Amino acid sequence: MLELNAIRKSFGKIEVLHGVDLNVRAGEVHALLGENGAGKSTLMKILCGIIPPSEGTIRIEGREQRFANYDEAIAAGIGIVFQEFSLIPHLDAVENMFLAREIRGRLGLLDRKAMRARATEIMRQLGVEVALDVPISRLSVAEQQFVEIAKALSLDARILVLDEPTATLTPSEVEHLFKVMRELRRQGVAIIFISHHLEEIFEICDRITVLRDGEFVGSCAVADVDNDRLVEMMVGRRIEQSFPPKPAPSTAPVVIEAEEVQLRKSGPVSRFALRKGEILGFAGLVGSGRTETVLAMLGAGPATRCKVRIDGIEKRLSGPDEGLAHGIGLLPESRKEQGLITSFSILQNISLNNYGKYRKGPGFIDLKKELACSETAMAQVRVKAQGPLARVDTLSGGNQQKVVIARWLNHDMQVLIFDEPTRGIDVGAKAEIYALMRAFTAGGGAIIMISSELPEVIGMSDRVCVFRSGGIVATLSGEDINSETIMTHATTGRIDNVA
Amino acid sequence: MSHDTNTGAAGKTAGFSPARLLHSPLALPLIGLIAVSVLMGLASDNFFSLGNIMNVLRQVSVVGILAVGMTFVILTGGIDLSVGAVMALVGTLSAGLMVNTGLPAVPALLAGLLIGLGIGLANGFLVAWGRMPAIIVTLATMGMARGLGLIYSGGYPISGIPSWISWFGVGRIGFVPVPVIVMVVIYAFAWVLLQRTAFGRHVYAIGGNELAARLSGVKTQRVKLAVYAISGLTSALAAVILTGRLMSGQPNAGVGFELDAIAAVVLGGTAIAGGRGLILGTLIGAVLLGILNNGLNLMGINPYLQDVIKGGIILLAIYIGREWR
Repeated sequence: MLELNAIRKSFGKIEVLHGVDLNVRAGEVHALLGENGAGKSTLMKILCGIIPPSEGTIRIEGREQRFANYDEAIAAGIGIVFQEFSLIPHLDAVENMFLAREIRGRLGLLDRKAMRARATEIMRQLGVEVALDVPISRLSVAEQQFVEIAKALSLDARILVLDEPTATLTPSEVEHLFKVMRELRRQGVAIIFISHHLEEIFEICDRITVLRDGEFVGSCAVADVDNDRLVEMMVGRRIEQSFPPKPAPSTAPVVIEAEEVQLRKSGPVSRFALRKGEILGFAGLVGSGRTETVLAMLGAGPATRCKVRIDGIEKRLSGPDEGLAHGIGLLPESRKEQGLITSFSILQNISLNNYGKYRKGPGFIDLKKELACSETAMAQVRVKAQGPLARVDTLSGGNQQKVVIARWLNHDMQVLIFDEPTRGIDVGAKAEIYALMRAFTAGGGAIIMISSELPEVIGMSDRVCVFRSGGIVATLSGEDINSETIMTHATTGRIDNVA
Repeated sequence: MSHDTNTGAAGKTAGFSPARLLHSPLALPLIGLIAVSVLMGLASDNFFSLGNIMNVLRQVSVVGILAVGMTFVILTGGIDLSVGAVMALVGTLSAGLMVNTGLPAVPALLAGLLIGLGIGLANGFLVAWGRMPAIIVTLATMGMARGLGLIYSGGYPISGIPSWISWFGVGRIGFVPVPVIVMVVIYAFAWVLLQRTAFGRHVYAIGGNELAARLSGVKTQRVKLAVYAISGLTSALAAVILTGRLMSGQPNAGVGFELDAIAAVVLGGTAIAGGRGLILGTLIGAVLLGILNNGLNLMGINPYLQDVIKGGIILLAIYIGREWR
């Protein structure tokens, strides 16, 4: 039905897909597996014509296809349901399904009857009942997903890509989705299913293809593998990056003790403790609640329960400004959107939250002292730039991250929270950032490091909290910090054994 | 040494040089100002006389002062539509306190400043803590301020205020009109606030990237409250000048002045989305608008046509400004 052959993709000089094959048969559910960053999304974007492959061929029913854009891929029978839905919230299901290709009746007016009839027919074919006349925003996530699937089918999709469809569903909704998928399989639709939850793979899928770091690892029938073998295929043995040496296990006093953090009503409750001088890794899949937990702790995000002790005293922080006052700083995941004022110079970005340090009279800035402090901070983290007055948007990702680090090192902070500290940063700068993190903890500071890169989690963390479905499911230390254990906790296992 | 917060004009060195001036965000507004002045000078012999120049600056002062508060607000990415109406309300209430309740002039004027500040605080509170869009909040308070002024005065000007108050509107120190001096002092204060204080940096930071500023610990809600409060205060200060000039409290004064103030800020090179701009640019923008008004009047152009010309010039200026970057 669908054959992708030796697909390669390069962005500039960097190759991200190194010859990947994917064969999907009609009437099968095919799992596409791999860690974050393994190349699944890139491969799906190529399949959907959103980006062209650098090399390799796409064949549908034996005929070679070259998609110039998304519309051509749809015309060739490919349908995709992205993680982020592309529905318009205040339109109803029928309006969404026929958006931009409305059925027109006489006088060019909308033929609502015809559209509704067609929608009802497709929903019957799917075997689901979804209210067709209420705004999409009032439907559950699962129902919205069915509308997305129905939309794809109304375009005669014979190859359906479901990108992590179960990530936000409740168990009974997942069951319902699987029922729909089985029905579609019976009707001969080829389904590509992306999920990180391995037990789902065993429940619904016929065959799997595994990618790792942009390499094709293998394809086989689900019946031929077990859980351990799958994890091994995904994680593999990789060339380890060199990380600074870890100190001996710490018995230093606890700085932050989270007694209970609950993000959603009736969601899992997390607890953890952070000691002086340690790096506590937050591992887990994207969307597993790592960033949300940290934001809730700082008072910058919602939580139903949040009981946190800082230096032994119970505190409920009201926002990052209070975090700052207690010596807790956040280095956000996306530097451009959340970390830097891009229209500011390096100097202004460093001094942004720290004018107390060079105050002169009521609220005035001592410009000379500000310049001197910023130059010191820049030298400390070794920012490569023309000077402190260079604009930050002219810097590389690594140097931008160093500027954010410099901002916090300019204070006497006791806790720094790094969210994906090295995302989009080249290898050399990574090593420098790791060294800076270790230097900070060696000076008595504590770090929470959220990371989706397993080698980084393993190489840097003294202890690791593994998140799954909104809460911490395991806290690992010593020998237990290895890829298999972390991946197993992150993808499988029950969540009712929370401490 | 100087590293002013503005547009992040990078790698500035000390001292003035033609090259540096050309890369300054003030370059375009200045070029516009010179071009319009030369045109007006050619069209009218009287334009470059000291008397006329002082006259233009005096006419500019009210909108010029409103534009100071507007600059703070726009730099954070907000907008304040209430400035003209607040000015009229403050003028009417101050005059009413003097005339109807017999309060001495000084406390009445001070009460007016407090009222302006209070309305600004209300705007800021609704925007920062109420999380409502600034354009809606200030549109509503604009309507309320205008309505309250008309209710209080019954729609008629309140006259009979002490004659010395006219000093604020038409007085002179040497050959310089008092309102011009007041305006310059307010601009100087604003410059210091924006360029030399932590508060000023935070104003730019919020306009540049509010989320990043908040996540790094800047008290963004307080800063937003403060910029609307400043705007309310400058509206009230403009009311003092206006009351002195008109020698009465006029509930219908300043209709549409919020648009002139916004135009001055934008002509001065401040980004409407916030984060970039200089208070000096706003001064240049306000004077530019004033010269246009004055020059078109001197040339005897139909007032309706004047509005069309001004609108066209604003569009042209913004287009050129975008292409320039």
